[in-house]
Amino acid sequence: MGFEETELRLGLPGNGGGGGGGGSHEGEMVMRKRGFSETESSDESADNNVDLKLNLSSKDQPKAQVVGWPPVRSFRKNMMAVQKSSTDESTEKAVSGGSAVFVKVSIDGAPYLRKVDLKMYKSYQDLSDALGKMFSSFSTIGNCGSQGMKDFMNESKLMDVLNGSDYVPTYEDKDGDWMLVGDVPWEMFVESCKRLRIMKGKEAVGLAPRAMEKCKNRS
Amino acid sequence: MSYFPDEVIEHVFDYVTTHKDRNALSLVCRWWYRIERLSRQRVFIGNCYAISPERTLARFPALRSLTLKGKPHFADFNLVPQDWGGFVFPWIENFARSRVALEELRLKRMIVSDESLELLSRSFPNFKSLVLVSCEGFTTDGLAAIAANCRQLRELDLQENEIDDHRGQWLSCFPDNCTSLVSLNFACLKGEINLATLERLVARSPNLKVLRLNRAVPLDTLQKILMKAPQLVDLGTGSYLTDPHSETYSKLKIALLKCQSIRSLSGFLDVLPRCLPAFYPVCSNLTSLNLSYAPGIHGSELIKLIRHCVKLQRLWILDCIGDNGLAVVASFCKELQELRVFPSDLNDIGHAAVTEEGLVAISAGCPKLHSLLYFCQQMTNAALITVAKNCPNFIRFRLCILDPKKLDPVTAKPLDEGFGAIVQACKSLRRLSLSGGLTDQVFLYIGMYAEQLEMLSVAFAGESDKGMLYVLNGCKKLRKLEIMDSAFGDVALLTDVGKYETMRSLWMSSCEVTLGACKMVARKMPSLNVEIINEHDQTEFCPDDDEQKVEKMYLYRTMVGPRNDAPEFVWTL
Repeated sequence: MGFEETELRLGLPGNGGGGGGGGSHEGEMVMRKRGFSETESSDESADNNVDLKLNLSSKDQPKAQVVGWPPVRSFRKNMMAVQKSSTDESTEKAVSGGSAVFVKVSIDGAPYLRKVDLKMYKSYQDLSDALGKMFSSFSTIGNCGSQGMKDFMNESKLMDVLNGSDYVPTYEDKDGDWMLVGDVPWEMFVESCKRLRIMKGKEAVGLAPRAMEKCKNRS
Repeated sequence: MSYFPDEVIEHVFDYVTTHKDRNALSLVCRWWYRIERLSRQRVFIGNCYAISPERTLARFPALRSLTLKGKPHFADFNLVPQDWGGFVFPWIENFARSRVALEELRLKRMIVSDESLELLSRSFPNFKSLVLVSCEGFTTDGLAAIAANCRQLRELDLQENEIDDHRGQWLSCFPDNCTSLVSLNFACLKGEINLATLERLVARSPNLKVLRLNRAVPLDTLQKILMKAPQLVDLGTGSYLTDPHSETYSKLKIALLKCQSIRSLSGFLDVLPRCLPAFYPVCSNLTSLNLSYAPGIHGSELIKLIRHCVKLQRLWILDCIGDNGLAVVASFCKELQELRVFPSDLNDIGHAAVTEEGLVAISAGCPKLHSLLYFCQQMTNAALITVAKNCPNFIRFRLCILDPKKLDPVTAKPLDEGFGAIVQACKSLRRLSLSGGLTDQVFLYIGMYAEQLEMLSVAFAGESDKGMLYVLNGCKKLRKLEIMDSAFGDVALLTDVGKYETMRSLWMSSCEVTLGACKMVARKMPSLNVEIINEHDQTEFCPDDDEQKVEKMYLYRTMVGPRNDAPEFVWTL
């Protein structure tokens, strides 16, 4: 599924190091945060072993690292290596203040859902890029364009998109209504978004009232 | 002595539990040997290749509990290739065939396959306890078999194993009517856990005393679990991250107030230090605290936590606590018996945050200290002499100065005198690990004074064969000797080969020992297996060139001759 491109490292609470979808009974899929990189880390332990012998650490060592020294169990070495990266991430999160905002992301046609932490992104563009990468093998929702999702406010583009086979990001807000992503300022969006659904363009028609009106008017 | 019926002797023997004491009983006379062997239920085998399953059962037909150790200790540090050996399958297979009423299996540094676990789970209806330490070779599928089939399971304790996590539903394999769990430790698993299943399992296990979670278990679940299990004695948290203003955190605080029985705490693999105050009420009851996997706790947050732990007996911590932090430990944790300070940054060896000062402070403040593992930046002879004076009760003293061969920074001398003071003062010393710059002199002291020494670990030390000979001649109770990168060679190895029969094992790597000398040991001592391990240089290694140095040699006493499962790169002479 092209996990190689996702390599999501969101450093979220409860999913620091080992990550990976377990698949719960409720059908809720926790995102494979380290789908690729987790595989990487299990190879990494072998690599660490090799690294110790070949002294391939990234920093320049004044002394050669000897096999078997310092006498620390490989389990501990691997654990600390994983934690170093995740601790940095979670510290950053703590500094930026506030807990994560997890929302489910579904894309029509995909067999499973994903989850994203909206607090990891600063703008619609960021989110759009991330979603694009996440679902890149399905279609080009990256066609939100270089100007971001606010392109939807451009009517002609909106019509192209809605009528085409492109996907459109929508969200359910606190009131339970399904809205088109991009209308409100980013911070307000993060506050009110409960889940994301990436719909096929044609189905999103009902969400853009003005566009729909215009559609009706034209036909 | 023949006026006591066997049953009476046996009843008395029931009170003698440690294997050392049972071994002593068996040596008194043949009568006692017979009674003891027929009644021994817990069998400890320190080297799985020293004896076979058949002979073990022949001697101890009442066996119910088996403890087995496989790879040599230095395997922990990548010095032993992965497939060297230590397979548990033959033991399980033999015991299954012989219908042993196995209840408990404890393994250390062994290779455990899923097949072994499955066979284990199906073969012993009374099986209660599985403890795996530093093992590898299995996946969560094997755990699923244990969970599903061991109806009487009380204990599943996984410590620092390399487990392939298939992210299956192993936890769900505990049947709904399984209510017998007392101890569950899966902290070393890397994958996701079905949280709802975990909560249900805890809810139906009223006897659960030990629960150590892995990183995949969030704080929210921890809170729910604690509400259901306030009787816990030993808790390992998973991920400890939440918003301190959240309702979850408030609920956690309430739950923890009810957990008055917690005496041992660990985990905090991911942590938001601002949420640690929830644990302060628990801290005052703690006897054991392991924060060695919690690099996120440091500085003032760590100090605040430790100040509450006034009853602490065991502390495992990272060196980012610093000398100042250790001084705080010394002033608050007066009951401390065991301290382990692990290095937090292995890539940047120049920055270890503790020095001799921290150790001196601890020795001054904690008179009950008897076990130490201390990774540090530097050490001085003066400090070691002070420590020896303050704490003459050391049983285990393991010092690791991260920069090998480092001399006393104040006097630029080797650390012979410092370690000498330790062995002289600590008459009960059983285990010693040396580091820093050391000459033959330290070994002279060890041979002279360390009368109770059973295990010695040496690295980058000594000047000549005399060093090793001092130890072999002087330490009458020596059982395990492991040496890496030191100047000991053939003369040391060959002078008293009979000594090795009194020991469990000898490891020498990157020393000056030649192939010819190893062959001679093997020739003279048929009761030893002398293994040469040659991973890399298979082509360069010439079996006939007796002059060439041997990279790794491992010899051990055995009653069953050379093993038949040795891989290609292991050559038993």
